[in-house]
Amino acid sequence: MTISGPAIARLALLGLVTSILQLTAASQVSIFGVPMDLSPLIVASVGFLAGSVPGAVFGFCFGLFADTALMQTLGVTSLVLTAVGYGAGRVRELRDPAHGLAPVAVGAAATAIAALGITLLQFLLGVEAPVSAQVVRQILMTIVLNTLLALPVYAVCRRVLLPFLPDDPRRRRRRAYTTGGLSPLSRA
Amino acid sequence: MHDKVVRRRRAVLALLVALSLFLLTAYFGESAGGGLHATQRGALEVLAPIQEGANKALKPARDLFGWFGDTLDAQDERDRLQRERDQLRGEVAQLQVANRELEQLKGLQEINTAGGLAQYDPVTSRVYQRSPSTWYQTVTINKGSSDGVKVDDPVVNGQGLVGKVKSVSDGNAVVMLLTDQDFGVSALAPRRGEPGSITPIPGAGGDLLFDLVDDAEKIRTGDLVVTAGTSSERLPSVYPRSILIGKVKRIDNGDGDLDRRIHVSPAADLLHLDIVQVLTKPDANLQADATPTAP
Repeated sequence: MTISGPAIARLALLGLVTSILQLTAASQVSIFGVPMDLSPLIVASVGFLAGSVPGAVFGFCFGLFADTALMQTLGVTSLVLTAVGYGAGRVRELRDPAHGLAPVAVGAAATAIAALGITLLQFLLGVEAPVSAQVVRQILMTIVLNTLLALPVYAVCRRVLLPFLPDDPRRRRRRAYTTGGLSPLSRA
Repeated sequence: MHDKVVRRRRAVLALLVALSLFLLTAYFGESAGGGLHATQRGALEVLAPIQEGANKALKPARDLFGWFGDTLDAQDERDRLQRERDQLRGEVAQLQVANRELEQLKGLQEINTAGGLAQYDPVTSRVYQRSPSTWYQTVTINKGSSDGVKVDDPVVNGQGLVGKVKSVSDGNAVVMLLTDQDFGVSALAPRRGEPGSITPIPGAGGDLLFDLVDDAEKIRTGDLVVTAGTSSERLPSVYPRSILIGKVKRIDNGDGDLDRRIHVSPAADLLHLDIVQVLTKPDANLQADATPTAP
C-alpha cells in the first residue's frame, strides 16, 4: 500500500468509525452467547491489505482508542492489536496469498491471537478469582463467530482502502485475464 | 535497501511494543487520580456525545440483530419457561401459606426496607457503550457526577443488580458489571438463610460463583440470591439489602464441601442493557435505622 497523506487520513477515519461502531453497536449484539468483537478482524484486515508497519500502527492506535474510551487498563488492547496487525501484514509480505478465503484464515488466527493474548495478559496482571473451562468456550465461540464475519469485514476494509492498493493479487490476476495481455492462453 | 526496510520495520514494531508496555506499567502503577486516568476521563467526556449519538442512531440495527438472536433462542426459552411456570405454581401455594403468617408477624416487627428502591434516590440513565472484551465487563452510561452519581454507587435495572459505578466524570459514568473480574458483593440465599459472597468467573461472561457459603449443602438449584446489605457497622456494604442478584443455576459437587461450586446466573440480562438506575443513596435504609423513630 502506498503510504501517503490521503491514505493515512482514510486509515484514521476507518479506525475512528469502526471503533465507534464496535463500542456502541457491535459489542451490544450477542451471537452464540458472546458479544461481537470485530476489533481483531478490522486490524487484521488492515494489516493484510496494507502491510506489517501500517498494520502494527493501526492496531496500536485502535487498541489505545478502545482502552481509553472504555476506561480499561491502557496498553493491554494496544499491545495485543499491534501484534495482530503486524502478524497479518507479515503474512501478506511473506506469502502474498491470492486465495479468496485467505482473509478468513487470517481473521480466525487474528481473533485467536487477540483472545489468547488478552487472556494471558490478564493472568499476568493478576486475576483475583477462580477461572473455569468456560473461558476456553468463550474464546472458541468468539473465534467461530469472527471466522464467519471475517470475509464481510475484510471486504469493507478493502473497499475503503482500494484506491491505495495497486498490487492487490486478486485484482492483478483479474485484470491480467480480462485485458488479455498477460493471459497464459494468449501467450501460448 | 532491503536491510534498511527490515530495520525500519523492526524499529517501528519495537517502538510500539515498548510504548504499550510503558503505558501498561504506568497505568497499572498509578492511583485512580493519576495523570493517565485523568486523561482517560477527559477523553471520555469528549467522545461521549459522539458515541451517545451513534448509539441512538444504531439502535434499530442492534434491535434487528437482537431479534434474530432472540428468535433462535425462543424455543429453548419457551421450554424453560414452561418448566419454571410449573415450579412456580407449587411455590405460589407455599407462599400463600407463608404470606398469611407474615401478615400476622408484620404487626409485631418494624420493617425498615419499606419504600422499595425509591428511598435510595435512583437516577435513571441510558447505556450507550459496552466493552466487547470478556475480561472488562463494563458499560458506559449517560449520567455522571453532575447528576449525583458517585464511584461505588450500586446500579440496578428492572430485573436486578447490574453492577456498581467504577469511574465517574461530569456527565458520564463507567459501570462495572457483575461479571467483571474485579466485582464482588456479599450475598444471601434468603430461602435457606445462607450468607456468602458473589464473585464472577473471569472470562466466562454471564456466570457467577456463590462462594464462602458456610453450609453450602443447603443450597439448591433454583434458589434466589440477593444482596446481603450491611451486616456490620464496621464494614458497611455499598449495596442495599435484598436486591436480586440471580438464581442458582447449577451446583458442581467436588471431592469435598470445600470444592463445591455454586454457579449463579445473573437476574439482569447484562448483554442487552438499555435503561439502568444508579442508587445514589445506597445507605438510605441505614440512615433510617439510625434515626430515632417517633413513639
